[in-house]
Amino acid sequence: MNAIAARLNDWFYISLLIISLVIAAALSIPLIYLFVKTIGTGDEALEIIFRWRTFNIIVRTLVLAFSVTIVSALISVPLAWFLFRTNIPLRRLWLTLTVIPLVIPSYVGGFIMVAAFGPTGLFQSMLSSFGVERLPEIYGFWGSLIVLSVLRFPYMLLPVSASLSKLDVSLEEVSHSLGYSTFKTFFKVILPQLKPAIATGGVFTSLMVLSDFGAVSLLRYETFTWAIYVQYQSAFNFDVAAVLSTLVLLLASIFIIFESRIRKNELSSGTSKLRRSFSSYIDIGAWKTPVILFLTALVLLSLVIPSAVLFYWLYLGITTGQAFSNVLSMAFNSLTISLVAAVVIVITAFPIAYFSCRYQGKMSRFLENIVYVGYALPGVVVALSIVFLGIRFLRPLYQTYILLIAAYVILFLPICIGTMRNLILQINTNLEDAARSLGKNRFQVIARITLPLIKPGILAGFILAFLLTMRELPSTLILSPYGFRTLATGIWSATSETFLAAGAMYSLVLMLVASVPMVFILLKRINN
Amino acid sequence: MIPLVSCTNNTSDDEKKTLTIYSGRSEKLVGPIIEQFSEATGIDTRVKYGGTSELAATILEEGDKSPADIFFAQDPAGLGALEDKFTTLPDEVLVEVNDKFKSDDKKWVGTSGRARTVVYNTNMLTEQDLPDDMFGFTDPKWKGKIGWAPTNGSFQAMVTGMRKIWGDEKTKEWLNGINANNPKSFPNNTSTVAAVANGEVEVGFVNHYYLYRFLEEQGMDFSARNYHIEEGGPGALILVAGAGVLETSENKEEAIEFLEFMLSPVSQQFFASQNYEYPVVEGVKINPMLKPLADINSPKIEMSDMNDLQGTVTILRGVEIIP
Repeated sequence: MNAIAARLNDWFYISLLIISLVIAAALSIPLIYLFVKTIGTGDEALEIIFRWRTFNIIVRTLVLAFSVTIVSALISVPLAWFLFRTNIPLRRLWLTLTVIPLVIPSYVGGFIMVAAFGPTGLFQSMLSSFGVERLPEIYGFWGSLIVLSVLRFPYMLLPVSASLSKLDVSLEEVSHSLGYSTFKTFFKVILPQLKPAIATGGVFTSLMVLSDFGAVSLLRYETFTWAIYVQYQSAFNFDVAAVLSTLVLLLASIFIIFESRIRKNELSSGTSKLRRSFSSYIDIGAWKTPVILFLTALVLLSLVIPSAVLFYWLYLGITTGQAFSNVLSMAFNSLTISLVAAVVIVITAFPIAYFSCRYQGKMSRFLENIVYVGYALPGVVVALSIVFLGIRFLRPLYQTYILLIAAYVILFLPICIGTMRNLILQINTNLEDAARSLGKNRFQVIARITLPLIKPGILAGFILAFLLTMRELPSTLILSPYGFRTLATGIWSATSETFLAAGAMYSLVLMLVASVPMVFILLKRINN
Repeated sequence: MIPLVSCTNNTSDDEKKTLTIYSGRSEKLVGPIIEQFSEATGIDTRVKYGGTSELAATILEEGDKSPADIFFAQDPAGLGALEDKFTTLPDEVLVEVNDKFKSDDKKWVGTSGRARTVVYNTNMLTEQDLPDDMFGFTDPKWKGKIGWAPTNGSFQAMVTGMRKIWGDEKTKEWLNGINANNPKSFPNNTSTVAAVANGEVEVGFVNHYYLYRFLEEQGMDFSARNYHIEEGGPGALILVAGAGVLETSENKEEAIEFLEFMLSPVSQQFFASQNYEYPVVEGVKINPMLKPLADINSPKIEMSDMNDLQGTVTILRGVEIIP
């Protein structure tokens, strides 16, 4: 009780709480919308919820989400360690190359995979001269697993890398001094400390699978979001879509609760010593060759093959005289809106992340869970919820950049909060207290101690927010000002009407434009 | 290009009207002709491009305050979904349009037509191998060889047409018959046509015009062609893309002018030659690669008979083809 009373006298706590609650209110717009819609539905919705087929879709969705998360972790955790801790050559290049595929829209990724690896795709025709009759079927579970894991593992890679780069090296040194090998140290010392980051990456990955539509529809694996889109696209049944979306939220909360459990257990028992960052890269000796082969295979699968297919379509289009208009202005629009959105998202994420780490309790737990709402839902539901509220209460802002950016914030803020939170929790609060006792005020402490220490988390969050905004489609289509074209909307428009060459052109430019700020950020980050 | 529609300038005030169009048709398909409309009439336009269903949902969500004057939809289902929100169109707009291509209640008008067709792989089949009638595909010899897009709006429009022509029981019989042949489901026409061309399936039930874009981009070697069901029936339906004016629009006059322009020979010629679509008014030349509308044995059905999408969806759910 005293603690609560003390907090209520603390102006810093109060202002942080108010800011956090305002942001949380904005983030719960889709929730309010779904609540209003769900109340208005009749018996048909109930009938759909309790069908065996709905249960079947839930199971299928969960299985895919779980599998993609496992595969992403198997790729990302060793990868993060090799890239950040060992003397692997060209690490900046590798990191950039492995993160870029995140920007490829999943419907493009799915289409490319079918074209490349389909039963009669480009690979099949190459292999047929070697007597390979038919490649294994890529449709369904396996195809979706491969496409989503290969294109989306950076959801895991980025938070894990951010955490890894701030781990306490003294523990590792102790482990080595006790005679443990690098290998054993990784499993006994590093991996346990990475658990919270892996849990965060895992919740991003599973929520991404929940809300993905493009890849699973092209690869014909029926998930929940696919079912929701079918309600919109063919049945024009928006009430049923709302009910199904509510079910998605319930599923999502399972992942979210799971994540926060893992994080709590791991971090509350963290060490209290001052942490030291690592100073030199570990020599992995003969392991270099297999690791480089692994990296090459990964980049080949996630970047080179998709680009090759895109270049092939572009080539066909150019030889048949296709013209490409507006590419430059679309690239400019994509770049500016994503940079602005990413900055806004990072700035908005910090107060919530800081609040939930420094003032743990019921309120912070509530905030932590509610922020994930936007990210779990299909984009079209979030966009329509903003239409619903925007046109009633924020009319002058409707169809302006402000509401568009608000939509991006609702969608991608959770990702940013997640990457920051693990790093804030890694900071020893004694450090902040010491600074306070030296007469610095709260803001000075945050500016001089907290922010510099969580820089890897901020950068990882920034990169994720930037790339996700860049490829985001439904809210960009529904909420952007008239005449505002981005590369993502261009790709969608071209591919939906079979202008493959134009779609390929916009996709390649998207990958190129996405990599520019990333190269810049990653170079600086690793030089530090 | 010569603007063929005269500039009607009833408004003497300097204030230029701006028409807001929500277009479920993609910018590549209608952007140039909308620009020509602005040039010809001096009416500014601002267009929101998106998916037909998402934009229909957006307009419904916006309610009375919708900024949209016109909804330009890709398929009859989208128009049907907003039928209650449209204002009644004056007869002058509709007079030249074939009855098949407009709403009975004068709520919307078709602007171009697309034929339902069977796309087949030319390396594996010739037209002689294809049945005269849609029921031919329920023969077990087509097992594993059929591609379709059951969640796609135009496929469902075809099924609605089937129900009108055949009745519900026979429609279910056909759906179950195809289902028994393990068809592969694709999300849209594009991926179905691609799958047919690369031999993944041998035939697909699609709209006619996606094929021509592939031919345009990948050359005449592209190994798929369209086959129009000879006996006609629902497999040879002509579906429309079209537009309606919203009841809440404050620029109804300009909106009507827009529809008139879309039905003018310039626009109709644009849809026919650039987009490989069928015109909805007489006297416009189609692309020479297309089979003339008169030669397609399309069933006599009115677009207003295509309203019962809910019933179709219920049937598709009942036979477990969609979720």
